[in-house]
Amino acid sequence: MYDLLNVKGLKTAFKNNNQRVSVVNGVDFGINKGEIVGIVGESGCGKSVTSLSIMRLLHDTTGDIQDGKVTFKGENLLDLSERSMRKIRGKEIAMIFQEPMTSLNPVMKIGKQLMQGIILHLKYSKEKAKKHAIDTLKSVGIPRAEDIMNEYPHQLSGGMRQRVMIAIAMSCEPELLIADEPTTALDVTIQAQILELMKRLQSDRGTAILMITHDLGVVAEVCDRVIVMYAGRVVEEASVDELFESPRHPYTKDLIESVPKIGERKSRLYSIPGHVPNPNQMPNGCKFAPRCQHAMEICFNKEPELTSEEKRKHRCWLYQQNNVGREQNLGSK
Amino acid sequence: MAANNLLEVKNIKKYFPLSKGWFSAKGHVKAVDQVSFSIQRGETFSLVGESGCGKSTLGRLINGLIKSDDGEIIFKGKNLTGANEKAWRSYRKPMQMIFQDPYASLSPRMKIKDILDEPLKIHHPELSKETRKTMVQEILDVCGIDAYHLDKYAHEFSGGQRQRIGIARALILKPELIIADEPVSALDVSIQAQVLNLLKELQENYQLTYLFISHDLSVVEHISDKIAVMYLGNIVEISPAEDIFSRPKHPYTQALLSAVPIPNPKVKRERIMLKGEIPNAANPPKGCKFHSRCPHAMDICKTVEPQLKKVEGQMVACHLY
Repeated sequence: MYDLLNVKGLKTAFKNNNQRVSVVNGVDFGINKGEIVGIVGESGCGKSVTSLSIMRLLHDTTGDIQDGKVTFKGENLLDLSERSMRKIRGKEIAMIFQEPMTSLNPVMKIGKQLMQGIILHLKYSKEKAKKHAIDTLKSVGIPRAEDIMNEYPHQLSGGMRQRVMIAIAMSCEPELLIADEPTTALDVTIQAQILELMKRLQSDRGTAILMITHDLGVVAEVCDRVIVMYAGRVVEEASVDELFESPRHPYTKDLIESVPKIGERKSRLYSIPGHVPNPNQMPNGCKFAPRCQHAMEICFNKEPELTSEEKRKHRCWLYQQNNVGREQNLGSK
Repeated sequence: MAANNLLEVKNIKKYFPLSKGWFSAKGHVKAVDQVSFSIQRGETFSLVGESGCGKSTLGRLINGLIKSDDGEIIFKGKNLTGANEKAWRSYRKPMQMIFQDPYASLSPRMKIKDILDEPLKIHHPELSKETRKTMVQEILDVCGIDAYHLDKYAHEFSGGQRQRIGIARALILKPELIIADEPVSALDVSIQAQVLNLLKELQENYQLTYLFISHDLSVVEHISDKIAVMYLGNIVEISPAEDIFSRPKHPYTQALLSAVPIPNPKVKRERIMLKGEIPNAANPPKGCKFHSRCPHAMDICKTVEPQLKKVEGQMVACHLY
């Protein structure tokens, strides 16, 4: 059990031509107070849908949560009424998105967008809210905060917009910040600034961060613990050092291997054959088996469980009890 | 001009007018400002830089998709500047382009076989339908797409497959130079590695020359022989790939390299954090355009614009050297 957030058996499905297609299938993980946890995976692995499910931001007509529990500070968020959920969103759990231009209101001044949440959640007077808003803008490193309050999002650069998003998210001092690909749309030098800012906010205020990203570099840089997802499932969970030093699941290994790294020029990059399976044509057994170099017969017939090994977890037949001997096999390859 | 140069670009310039008023333009965005470089046959020359540095504009200038304001483009010993659109069409046959977004660069209304057949029809009207059909099948095979996909539309493919089709379309005319504008930025890492390997294989098999445009330094290091770093419309450094990563000269190159997150939590390094953001291209700083963010800026940097000069085999535009 983790002391802030516990996600158990989360299942989310989308409706497609009267068919239900599950995109998140039994996801389990948790976050402790003040911890930075990363969810990493390729497009379509369900990492964003997991975060939207936690926040209950999926619209009924497109997708719905079919099963599972999302316990935040002892309370199951999935049981709450929309009204009580609204008190949690923005106050207890805040979220920042990938594209700051589409997530800010283009026809509302920055100041007003910031103050809305502060007035609603912290019940501040207008003057006090304004002062708090300016302070928050300053704390995320925005110069001329007073002037920016009266500007519109299009007048700011991408990096500044993302800082404004972070300011809005942090303004009510949430305990958990969910960041869905917060730096993907930014240039590397700006990305470095934003990651630095998030790390600083985490250490100053003790905010826990759930970092959703496809970039293993970002994960290595900021996260304490990492969850690797593939085809709607958690395939591995480990501390960041363990994950990069001794990845267990073949998918994690392949993923780390296929990233081009600076200072390591190779004539050929390692690449994973095939592609991520389509959610409505999932293979039987382990979802990674068709692309896996170590696939055995059992992998195609039966899906492995997420099993614990000391402090880490993995979902692979290579490490299940009756197959312990295979481990050395894999290591020597 | 060295005999081995496939492409030479001399002092090329492209200013976009900001807004056309009644009487005159209000100023310009200097997208590409006095850029010169050359690419040898068979090499991969990369342009890197952050958004707005002019790298894509430069690619499009070379391909004639936009016309330059000044300067020369010499391709296979022929000066292309000032040529009319009809002449450009014939130049583009040996100079093909691969675009970033495989979702936007393939026509949604055409079958794959027609997408690939079209360039052949235009540039080789003498070929029979049968020959063209075999050529289309051959090139798809080379790019790793099965022949039974011929009758499908672009939306039926995944991102990686679409990019392979984009590559096949560029390759079918047997070009000598391929301008690849961020060809793998829209793809997932595992697919990105497949496409990069394909590009490398094709280069060996068909003696291709690449102009590779990217913002991703780790991808660029992998594929390039030579790298040019751009900042606000200027090239600030041109170096062989090994040198630029082992001993970057320009402070901007150094900062750019140190900003790339390393996928290894054990590696801790001194990060050069740049102050502020890229200045507005319509109103860039005087002197060296990088001086407002440069940790080593001196007085001279604020007034005199540095020119590219040779420092230990690398070309650098910086007053430090």
